[in-house]
Amino acid sequence: MSSKKTVFLTIEGKSLGFYFLLGVFALMVLAGLGASYYMEHHGHVVTGMNNQIVWGMPHVFAVFLIVAASGALNVASISSAFGKVAYKPLARLSALLAITLLVGGLVVLVLDLGRPDRLIVAMTRYNFKSIFAWNIYLYIGFIGVVAAYLWMMFEQRMNRFTSAVGTFAFVWRFILTTGTGSIFGFIVARQAYDAALLAPTFVIMSLSFGTAVFILMLHFIYSMTGRELGDLLVGRLRNLLSIFVAAVFYMTLIFHLTNLYGTQHHGVERFLLLEGGVFTQVFWIGQIGIGTLAPLALFWLPGINKSRGSILLGSLMVVIGGLSQIFVIIIGAQAYPLTLFPGKTVSSSFFDGAINTYSPSLPEWVLGISGFGIALLATLIAIRVLPFLPQRLTDAQTES
Amino acid sequence: MSTTKRPDNRGRRRFLTAAGGVTAVATIAPGVRLIQRVLAKEDDQAVSSAVRWGMLINTNKCATGCNDCVTACNSEHGLRDTGRPDTDPQWIRKVKLVDDQTGKETSLPMMCQHCEKPPCVDVCPTGASFRRTDGVVLVDKHICIGCRYCMMACPYKARSFVHQTLTDQRPWSPRGKGTVEACTFCVHRVDRGQQPACVEACAGADHGALVFGNLNDPKSEISKRAKAVSSRQIRADLDLNTGVRYEGV
Repeated sequence: MSSKKTVFLTIEGKSLGFYFLLGVFALMVLAGLGASYYMEHHGHVVTGMNNQIVWGMPHVFAVFLIVAASGALNVASISSAFGKVAYKPLARLSALLAITLLVGGLVVLVLDLGRPDRLIVAMTRYNFKSIFAWNIYLYIGFIGVVAAYLWMMFEQRMNRFTSAVGTFAFVWRFILTTGTGSIFGFIVARQAYDAALLAPTFVIMSLSFGTAVFILMLHFIYSMTGRELGDLLVGRLRNLLSIFVAAVFYMTLIFHLTNLYGTQHHGVERFLLLEGGVFTQVFWIGQIGIGTLAPLALFWLPGINKSRGSILLGSLMVVIGGLSQIFVIIIGAQAYPLTLFPGKTVSSSFFDGAINTYSPSLPEWVLGISGFGIALLATLIAIRVLPFLPQRLTDAQTES
Repeated sequence: MSTTKRPDNRGRRRFLTAAGGVTAVATIAPGVRLIQRVLAKEDDQAVSSAVRWGMLINTNKCATGCNDCVTACNSEHGLRDTGRPDTDPQWIRKVKLVDDQTGKETSLPMMCQHCEKPPCVDVCPTGASFRRTDGVVLVDKHICIGCRYCMMACPYKARSFVHQTLTDQRPWSPRGKGTVEACTFCVHRVDRGQQPACVEACAGADHGALVFGNLNDPKSEISKRAKAVSSRQIRADLDLNTGVRYEGV
């Protein structure tokens, strides 16, 4: 048990640094809205997307944020659902990030629609055979459930329900990420998808990306507000993250090994792993090098794994690796042509049989990155208005 | 007893006979016409699952280099070449196949296969992608939000997204920026008892590679031919029961 009661405080929010960050994040959001307006006004012809690569860079950022959102809740789940007291002081921030990251991702997803003005149609008409339609419920429901969870934590007389609601939120997030992975897993037509393994892979990816984002946010908020953040707690989070990173690597390994066994998938595997140009590079350098091996070295090698710098750099690398992984999953899979006639070489005016290329345009990058802007802006305002963060997180508190 | 002369009513009989004949013709004719029009449907009449529209494509008759079906489709639906092939919609395209082992070349048109169990309809979140009971797979352009999930899910790459503002759309072929579209089997023509534009163009070029009709009617040309010759579905492994079948490939 913690030696004394945790005191939660809002951040002061009067410093130049606070207003500077507020301004930067607000500008990111405005730039994203501008990019979206530009894309909608001219049509998607101004993007790098086309009839071959139909989902582009905005989807990479949106899916990353949505996946990271459910993973960010992990810290709270460990405290409420699994009763680990050491993480309890972090539960509020964990739940807050779950909401803000999800909102950031969803806004990007909606703003990239061909008809974002028809959001009301998406909210009122449902085809329940579509995992996309289910996800709309799962995402909105998740925000509601986590908001309720926060209320249980904030309101003293409701504290006794924290564990129950937290467990419910944990189950919900599990289903939610399964749903997100199934968006791809249920696509029977594409050579690189159509695998039930994608759903659990997304769940583990969410734990990894969400924990990495959480560590980064926790450190920067505490260092900028001059609050104490003990190494013991950060070290525990690092251990947790390293297990998740290794687990994602394992799932990736199994996915490719299974594909490599069946001859019909050799083409797509050769493309992704060897001959896919930018996709191959992003896979090996981004996902495996920067996103997996380097962070594992930073987290595990004695001598450097205790330094805060290593942990932060490793977490940042996990984020970059995560974006790389989703880039390969979403765009790499579309770049490889559909196999309609096995054993034949096909060609057409519609790029049948051709490896498709994709060069994202500036508005796509801006819209995608603005998702982070939305999440950061909302988080900054929330911690200014409500007491999400403990006054200090010392090693003495963490030792339980 | 006096005998009364029966009035001469032969004129009336002639009139009644003629009137009866006219009435009979008037009564039966629409039915006859209906049969002639092969299940053409009045505008206020709902489509029926008694019909399954389909197409049988004989690739042996499909000429390499001939693009008449594509041109006819583009003209019928107002699809224009903007000089951006990667974003310009294509509802039907000619695909050239070369067998990796034998080197045999085949040419065939590829378009929406109008599946009985279409993946695009399954994944559409709003229900904008739908299948008419007569087998035609369509997009309701008023409900489509432009998410493109159907394009990810279609095994045939049959769908296009409208990437830029359109002008001068055909009144019978609603299209709009930000929505997804594909071959409609020319429902606006089929419902009037006509053939799809591509089929008409192929026949007009004396190739006759495309046969369109009601797969549920054993007497239709398509059913008779499909029964007589060997044909296949593309990606039959997905078990989608496509409305479009191919011969000679």
